[in-house]
Amino acid sequence: MSFLTIRNLSAELKGHGVPLLRRVSLQVAAGEVRGLVGESGAGKSMIGKAILGILPRAVAITGGEILLDGVDLLQLPPAQRRRRIGASAALIPQDPLTALNPSRRIGGQITDRLVDILGWQRARAEARARELLAEVQIAEPERVLRSYPHELSGGMRQRILIASAFAAEPRLIVADEPTTALDVTVQKQILKLIQAMQARHGTALLFVTHDLGVVSKVCQKLSVLYAGMVVEDTEVRPFFAGPKHAYSAALLAATPKYTDPAASLQPVPEAVIEAVRREVADADRRAGHG
Amino acid sequence: MAEPCAELHVVENLHLSLPDMTRKPIFGAAPRIEILRGISFALAKGSVVGIVGGSGSGKSTLGRAMVRLLEPTGGRVLFDGIDITHRGEAGLRPLRRRFQMIFQDPTSSLNPRHRVRTIIAEPLRLHGFADIDARVVRALDQVGLAREMAGRFPHELSGGQRQRVGIARAIALEPDFILADEIVSGLDVSSQAQVLNLLERLVRDLGLTLAFISHDLSVIRRLCSRVIVLRQGAVVEDRPTADLFAAPAAEYTRELLASIPLPDPDQTWG
Ligand SMILES: Nc1ncnc2c1ncn2[C@@H]1O[C@H](COP(=O)(O)OP(=O)(O)OP(=O)(O)O)[C@@H](O)[C@H]1O
Ligand SMILES: Nc1ncnc2c1ncn2[C@@H]1O[C@H](COP(=O)(O)OP(=O)(O)OP(=O)(O)O)[C@@H](O)[C@H]1O
Ligand SMILES: [Mg+2]
Ligand SMILES: [Mg+2]
Repeated sequence: MSFLTIRNLSAELKGHGVPLLRRVSLQVAAGEVRGLVGESGAGKSMIGKAILGILPRAVAITGGEILLDGVDLLQLPPAQRRRRIGASAALIPQDPLTALNPSRRIGGQITDRLVDILGWQRARAEARARELLAEVQIAEPERVLRSYPHELSGGMRQRILIASAFAAEPRLIVADEPTTALDVTVQKQILKLIQAMQARHGTALLFVTHDLGVVSKVCQKLSVLYAGMVVEDTEVRPFFAGPKHAYSAALLAATPKYTDPAASLQPVPEAVIEAVRREVADADRRAGHG
Repeated sequence: MAEPCAELHVVENLHLSLPDMTRKPIFGAAPRIEILRGISFALAKGSVVGIVGGSGSGKSTLGRAMVRLLEPTGGRVLFDGIDITHRGEAGLRPLRRRFQMIFQDPTSSLNPRHRVRTIIAEPLRLHGFADIDARVVRALDQVGLAREMAGRFPHELSGGQRQRVGIARAIALEPDFILADEIVSGLDVSSQAQVLNLLERLVRDLGLTLAFISHDLSVIRRLCSRVIVLRQGAVVEDRPTADLFAAPAAEYTRELLASIPLPDPDQTWG
């Protein structure tokens, strides 16, 4: 069985009945990388937050299961759920600046996790933090450990969050756009590093991105989300040979290729959007009746 | 009054250093870190230039110095012929509307206690615009945000939606110059295309001058006619985009091109 299994997960905005997630199902096995793509606002971060148990208060889960290592998190009492998630899953959040505490030095923010979650000695945690920063290609780990978040560039902050997610060697990592602030050379090194760590520890990785180029390099499986609904769930190779869903095909066609500047970066055509909206509405209607 | 000139933004031998607080002794001044080490270029009115470079190479710092959120420690910054290098806030105020920066980190640049409507309207009010409500709606439309988003707080938006609020706030002011710091990297390709189309329209129809910081060379190639490559606070390459892609001169640029992941599982990629 997959380490992470989500079944028919639905969520809505409390008091508004506005659906944010629509019967989402997806699985990530140990040692596997699943990409999660879809337009801005589709609900990718919501899925990540639901897994980690950190949904905003305004959002309510209305149905479904989130199984972590076979146990449905949604059935556990809050304290037990938090413990279980803390021990086996980590998030690389989308927004590096707000995820870091502005008034604390970086070093403490990485080592806390090791000390609190794994019960390490402080000295050992500090050595590990230094090692991790070097692994994510940070040139001056000593300075960075003593810095406050605002003293670092965007890409440096993002790499710190990657390092701290891997620090405790979790069995599942949800990486929410982990390389968007990185230039492509660093991105490449980081992606290789993520793959290496992930292969070494057999981590299950859910990789949120909008970059299908990145998907083609690191993912084996892919889910395409539209308006909180999975419209395609596929192996990566066949996807690039020919997506099944018209919306996924349009996304792929719109992906920029620097080798072919003229043919790329167009908005998804209106007709495709209308068709996928109809599909979502139909699915809602069926779910309402059944 | 300075004469209007063909070059809207000029940077001459720009230096910027900041105190390194991590090495500050208990008494006395902290040693300084050199972040920008003598950067020079001029941006013609209506031109679109890309700024690329590795993480920590100084792109955001350069951007902040160009719109005078930071004060350079050496060299000059001229905006429309006016020396703004060391101008005080009072002297900058009448110019501020004309040069806008859109920030890399959308969340920290949006006031969390204000609704989207206020975030976009506040600067308009400050700069004495009329028809503010209509301008807010138009800016939302232009960046592809639903009008109902005007009533939301930043934390009630997705990452890409927040990014577009930052873009809407800047373009609503109808500036002459925009410095866009990594503004599309968090957007899906379709929203990226929409934002790039919008910027292209503003350049074409309103003569906007644009400096576009991005690590995405596909986007740079599509949008910019010229590219400046930074490395450790200095310019290592400054050329027309077409030349750069045809024959990258700096080793770093070649490495950049080779590292781009194309949407193709069979690409040999390192
Ligand atoms: N607290 C909230 N209240 C109301 N709506 C919200 C709230 N948080 C998020 N939303 C909405 O939920 C939807 C899904 O948001 P989510 O952050 O998951 O999008 P996403 O797919 O991660 O997008 P992006 O690629 O832009 O980060 C969005 O339309 C967003 O506006
Ligand atoms: N307030 C500060 N105090 C000390 N150092 C700083 C400060 N702000 C920036 N720096 C340093 O200046 C360098 C350049 O930072 P900058 O944010 O300009 O990089 P960047 O090119 O925008 O990188 P990225 O692509 O990662 O966003 C970095 O090494 C950073 O640590
Ligand atoms: Mg998101
Ligand atoms: Mg930056």
